[in-house]
Formats: sequence, C-alpha cells, structure tokens
Amino acid sequence: MQEADIQFLEESFKKYYFNNFDLITVPERTSEREFGYQKFNSGMTRHISLKDDKELHLLLMQNIPSDVYCSNACYTFPNLPMNEKDWKEADLIFDIDAKDLNLPCRESHTVSICNDCNDVSKNLTQCSKCNSTKLEKKSLPCKNCIDASKIEVEKLSEVLINDLAITKENIQVYFSGNEGFHVYAYNSQFQEIGSRERSELTDYISLRGAIPETFGMKKLKQNRASFPDFNENGWRGRFSKHVFGSKSKRSKIITELLANGYSSFQKTLDDVSENIGVKIDPNVTMDIHRIFRLPGSINSKSGLTKIHCDNLTNFDPYVEASFLSDDTVEVIANSPIEFKLKNKKFGPYLNEKVTVPTFAAVYMICKKLARIA
Amino acid sequence: MLALGQDEIAKYPFLADAGQYLKDQGFSLEQFGTDPDLKDLIKKAYERILTAADGKIYKSDLDGDHVSKEAALPREVFSFLLAIVLLKLSGMHTLIKRFSLAEARRAEKYLEKDLANISDESKNQLAIRVIDDLFSVQVEKSDDYFIIPVSDYLKHSINFHEREWKLINRHVENGQVFLSPHETVRLIRKELGTYINSKIINAKTPTMIPGFEDSVNKLVLLSKKFVTYTVSTGEYPPCIKHAIDILEKGENLPHSGRFMLATFLLSKGQTIQQVAPLFKNAPDYNPRVTLYQLNHLAGTSGSGTQYSCPSCEKLKTQSLCFATSECDNIINPLQFGRKKK
Repeated sequence: MQEADIQFLEESFKKYYFNNFDLITVPERTSEREFGYQKFNSGMTRHISLKDDKELHLLLMQNIPSDVYCSNACYTFPNLPMNEKDWKEADLIFDIDAKDLNLPCRESHTVSICNDCNDVSKNLTQCSKCNSTKLEKKSLPCKNCIDASKIEVEKLSEVLINDLAITKENIQVYFSGNEGFHVYAYNSQFQEIGSRERSELTDYISLRGAIPETFGMKKLKQNRASFPDFNENGWRGRFSKHVFGSKSKRSKIITELLANGYSSFQKTLDDVSENIGVKIDPNVTMDIHRIFRLPGSINSKSGLTKIHCDNLTNFDPYVEASFLSDDTVEVIANSPIEFKLKNKKFGPYLNEKVTVPTFAAVYMICKKLARIA
Repeated sequence: MLALGQDEIAKYPFLADAGQYLKDQGFSLEQFGTDPDLKDLIKKAYERILTAADGKIYKSDLDGDHVSKEAALPREVFSFLLAIVLLKLSGMHTLIKRFSLAEARRAEKYLEKDLANISDESKNQLAIRVIDDLFSVQVEKSDDYFIIPVSDYLKHSINFHEREWKLINRHVENGQVFLSPHETVRLIRKELGTYINSKIINAKTPTMIPGFEDSVNKLVLLSKKFVTYTVSTGEYPPCIKHAIDILEKGENLPHSGRFMLATFLLSKGQTIQQVAPLFKNAPDYNPRVTLYQLNHLAGTSGSGTQYSCPSCEKLKTQSLCFATSECDNIINPLQFGRKKK
C-alpha cells in the first residue's frame, strides 16, 4: 500500500475512533485480558494490558491502529510473554465466515489481484495478464453470503442453548467487520477447558466424526428401534428431522437405509453433516490464547466495524457497520465488480479516476482495489 | 479420605494407606521375607505383577462382591502392597506402568459393578464418591444412566482415540452426557492407571529386604523383554504429501496446514534452511515472515517452546487429514511408517 493511501486510511480511522468512543469499550475483567494491535504495513504488537476504556481510547488515538484485538482468555499477567501469563480461563468463541460456506455465489463477487503484476480481474485461477497463479482473492459485499452466515449463527445458537446448556443471555453475536460473524458464549461450564477439549466441542457442533451407530445403524444385529425418533433432542433429533422429513416417512426411510447398508450410511452421514452441521472455523474456537478482533474496532480488510447485532434477522452489515464519513474523495478505482454500501451502488470501475464517499473509498483501498488519486 | 470397609480395601487396595494398613494388621515387611507362612505372599505378589506384565487382569480371590474367605482379604491386600514393594525394589518403570494399568482395569470392574448396584445404595454412592474424589468428575444418577457435565466428560474423553468416545457419538442433552455404568468407569481408566502409577512412583523405596531378592531379580530380567526397537520407512504420510503438493502447485495452504508441515519436518530433523524453501510458492510468500515463523516453531526464537506436530485427531478437525490404509491407526503423523521390530 502506498504512503498516501495509508495516510488517508489512518485519518479516516482516527476520525471514526474519536467520534465513536461509546462503541469501543473494554470487555469485562479488563485487567486480566491481553490486548494487541496492528498498524498499516506493520507487524503485530501484543501482550498489552489495559485498565479501562480511557487507556484503550488513548491507545487508539496514539497509535491509530489498523486492527485492534483482545484476548478471550483471562490471565494473571496478561502483559508477560505467553508462557508466563498464567492462563486462567477463556470465553468460548466461534467464527462463522462466508468464505467457508462453499456458496455458489462466491465466484460472482470475488476478484483476484495478481501478486506479480498487480492486475485485478475476475479470473480466479490465474492472472489474465501474466499467467501467474499467485493470486490474492478479495470478496465484495453479497447479501446471499450474509444471509447464509446468519443461518449458521442461528444453528450454532440452537446447539449451544439446547445441547450445551448455555443461556441465551450469555450468547452475544457480532458482525466480524468483513464477511461473517463472531459469536461469544460467556459464563458457561466450558470457561476452563483447554484447547483439545474445545477441538472436540467444535467437532460436536459441526457434526464431524460421527459413526453410523450413533444414529442407529449397526453393522450386525440391525434394529429399527435404534434409529432416532422424530422428536428426540440433540443431533439424533436434528438428523431425523433432516433425513426423515416428517414423522410419517420415518418408517419407509429406515427401510431404505437398512437396505442400502452400513457403508452407504456412512456416506449419508457425511452428507447430512455437510448440510446440517454448523460451519464454524475450528481453529478459532480451539485457540485459547487468541487475541480476537475487539468489538467496536474497524476491520482493516474492509473498513467496516465489528459491531454487536441486536437483531440478527434484520441486520444489514453493509448499512449498519459502515460508520465512516460521506465526505467525498478522489481515487483511482479498479473494481471489476459492482458493490453496494450504505444503500448506494458503486462500480464497476475499470482503472478510472472517480469521486466517491470516504466509506466507499476506504472499502476499496482496504480491498486493494483503489488508491488515492 | 474415604472410609473404607474390608470388602472395599480388597477391591480398591490403592485407596488404602499401605504402611498404615500393614501396621494395623500387625505386620512388618521383614516378616514377609523370613516367615515361611508369609513367604507365599511374595510369590503371589510376583505373580500379580507377571499377570499385569502379560497385559492380563489379575484374578482375585474375591467372590462376586465379597471376600470369599476370612483369610483371603489380607492376602488380597498384602499381595498388592508387596507387589508395590517388589516393583520399587526393581526400579523398573515399564513394569510399574503395566502393573498400574492392569490394576486400574481390575478396579474398574468392581467400580462398574458398584455403580450399577441398585440394591445397595451405599455401594453405589461409594463408587460415585471415588470417581468424584479422585478424578473430579461429578456423576449423577438419572434412571438407568449416569450423567456428567459435558466439560468433565471432555477432559477425560480427549485421551481416547476410538471414535465412539467423540462427543458427537454420545447422548448429549442440556449440558450433560449420558453414560452407562460401564462407560462411566471406562472414561476414567487412564486416570485411574495414572493415579495408581503416581502412588507407586511417589512411594518410598525401601532398602532390600532379605527374602525379596529372588523375585526382584526376576523382575529386572522380565522388564528387558519390553524394550522395543523401531525402524522407519522414511516415507511421508499422506497429509504431509498433500500439503507439499498444494504448495508445489502454488495454491494456498491454510495456516494450520503450514503449521503441520513445518512442525512435522522440523521434528524429523530437517533444519529451518531446509524447510523454508517449501513455502516459496505460497501466494502470500514473504521470506522474512517465513523465517520468523519457522524459528518460532523450532523454538529458536520467541518463548523457546518447540512446537510439536498436531495429532491425527486435530488434523481431521482441520480437514488436513487424508488417511490411507498405510496410516494403520497411528495417532500422530510422526508415527507413519514406523514398524516395531
């Protein structure tokens, strides 16, 4: 990124932080958390401890970070090196990202930037100019992606509440600032479990590693009664609703499943897992030392804010998470795909000089699709 | 400490304070080496270890839940305590490990029976308390099942590699896992073994007692049998081959995949300079960052922790596992191609 772009982004971010202190607050048990931040074109500064909102706001004003993070873990000494921090516990966190959902719409709103010649195009396999395969992919706003991610958030909440006894009030949903959602579960029985336990929990939530016997299919001594009932709780219940469709079809479908045999059932199970398992990024949940994007901070992949979703169903991130100003600025834009922010359409731009509002300019520069003219 | 009845001490001898028990019964260790009436017990203790070393469970003189004969009880407990003395005198850790595991499995059978005992509430409660006191697993009874919090379940189940122990293959409801008595006890087998093992390790080693030498010498010889040598074919497991393939094609290998590849190769003895060029084709290749991260993994920078290659289980979760029949149920990619000789 060129110097003028960084300067522009820093100015815009600083203005946002200065005007929105109320949105950026430290989490509970502040002094036990580790904070960290990144500046544009620079590495991560972490192992920082803060006392309160004031110290956080000071950090923002002094450093104008591109990204700000805070640990989900609590430590006795959050500012010491990792192995001296004395880990106490960590909130359960989940990352749901549209890019992990294998949606068919992805191709239509993704552009590639060639690492060798910087050419931007819709060709996602190799650079159309220099044939290089070193491509960086950037995805632009898509309602379908957000809607699909919301469904995953709802599926996740359902499992957390019904299977894992986490109360609704202790589940908080945030838009990640780019293309997905971050879900926090507080005060659960899982606060103190380690990384391997959390990994098992993610397998449970994503319905991964299930064996046919769990859903009633046995290798020998097959028995119709061991298949799940329609109204059962947990994954057996979800399985039967998905596979049987209705109570009346249960019997007929069990006959089919038995006729197809054990190994075919394993394939059915993989298929069911793909369809009804919750698509969370396991790496995020099993990391108990992670510093996770701080709510209220800007995501430098987009210039949008990581923001709490009060009403997930109606939430539109491309309107509600865009806080930067409407003041216009001149940029050279190269975005072969049209996109919509704050209900305004932008592009497509073919390497042309255009005047756009700051929020759109920041968005494109963050995506490497524009530079300050 | 739990208050134990006679039957309980015979079933769970590791719960008793060994020295105190001998004293209470009016015996000293030296007596066992010299008294012709007691010498047989050393033989019995030796056999108890031998059975364990063979991977079998020692068949006790217990008849169902009760000690069959009045005299059988001290024999049961003494043979256990003497076995520990023999093991300590031999100093053979492989034998101690095998013995602990076999004793754990023996106790497991009794725990399971006690847990399932519906006619005697006190037995049932004792088993529940043993599990809670020793392993901090809170078990509650609910109809025919025992329910334990998911978090407690996970702390133990992660030590199992069989798929049926995965949480997804369990009946989970409202934050609890439902288990049969057998499963409840099976869940803590390893910890029970560890518990017995640590009790033995932490016990004081007595000086050699006359009359014990023979058995001790035989144990030292026996333990040599368990030394194994392994050879490796040197071939890479499919997960590693896959990762290298991806990188060679210039496609993006996720961070977790790079972590696996680097830790694997570093563990196999490759140097950072040998590993680094592999990442040259990555779309976001940056030599400075690559070296920084490799140094970090190798423990030559940062905290000094040397990171190890993730387990097969973890790689499955991360969709990095491409197991073939050649993997042969290994639990870590580093074991691939290793054959016991």
